[in-house]
Amino acid sequence: MKEIRELEKQFFKTDLPDFRAGDTIRVHERVLEGGDGKERIQIFEGIVISRRGSGTSETFTVRKISSGIGVEKIFPVHSPRIAKIELVERGRARRAKLHYLRRQAIKAANL
Amino acid sequence: MALGILGRKLGMMTWFDAQGRALAATVVHAAPSVITQVKTPETDGYSAIQVGYDSVKEKNVPKPLKGHFNKAGVPPKRILREFRLSDEEARAFKVGQELTLTIFQEGEAVDVSGISKGKGFAGVMKRHDFKGGPDSHGMSGWHRRPGSIGSIRATGRTFKGWRMAGHMGHERVTVKNLVILKIDPEKNLLVLRGAIPGPRKGVVEIRKRQAHKNG
Repeated sequence: MKEIRELEKQFFKTDLPDFRAGDTIRVHERVLEGGDGKERIQIFEGIVISRRGSGTSETFTVRKISSGIGVEKIFPVHSPRIAKIELVERGRARRAKLHYLRRQAIKAANL
Repeated sequence: MALGILGRKLGMMTWFDAQGRALAATVVHAAPSVITQVKTPETDGYSAIQVGYDSVKEKNVPKPLKGHFNKAGVPPKRILREFRLSDEEARAFKVGQELTLTIFQEGEAVDVSGISKGKGFAGVMKRHDFKGGPDSHGMSGWHRRPGSIGSIRATGRTFKGWRMAGHMGHERVTVKNLVILKIDPEKNLLVLRGAIPGPRKGVVEIRKRQAHKNG
């Protein structure tokens, strides 16, 4: 186990902002273009509704409303594909998992 | 007929590859294995090398084995395994020689054998992926049963080898073609893509990939 913790360290990010459920963040993700295989940065901005796991397996879920439809994306926290995470706004969540937002009206989901 | 090394499974982790993909990976501790015997057709009827892994206190080794280790001139080891090799390959090794992870390269595929986790006496749904019965539609007490195991009129018996409940797991399992993601020869660590049989601390054999007979 000790050895595995040690191996995980090489992937850990040092420039991560401290964020938790309820915060609004902007995720800069490196994506490969289908046609020419070029890399570009895609930004996904939304509310963090969950953060789970530990070590390199840690992930977080970001939810946003895109053209009236709720969209969620799950990212590994330490994925090399994530170029940058920006903290846009602190939220005041009273629980660690905000899955209840899925059943809320858009207005009510404003934290 | 493949050269290999012995190790213990340490556990699993998430590994990010060069493309940034998150892969399931298993970490194996493979300390140097010492060759304790070289078997030849003249003396043993076949060609192989016998390797020992994991040091053990001498007082815990039975006397006959002590003699075996003394003859080889190596400190006693807890685990002894053989790797079958061709005659020339086997003769190239000397007793007392150490096998380390340097026999492998990153990116190479290996086969891994170990004893799978024991599941005890398991029913047919867990053991053979049977469907069982419906949960509802008036069913009671018929949820995890195997169904018919034969007919009276045509055969009058149940065929041998029919899949039924019984002991599951704790058997030798080989997983083939696992890619080596990382080798750390100093710490004797090996990172393989995918899962391998057995519990943590379980002993595994890591062998060079067996070439397919049909190319």
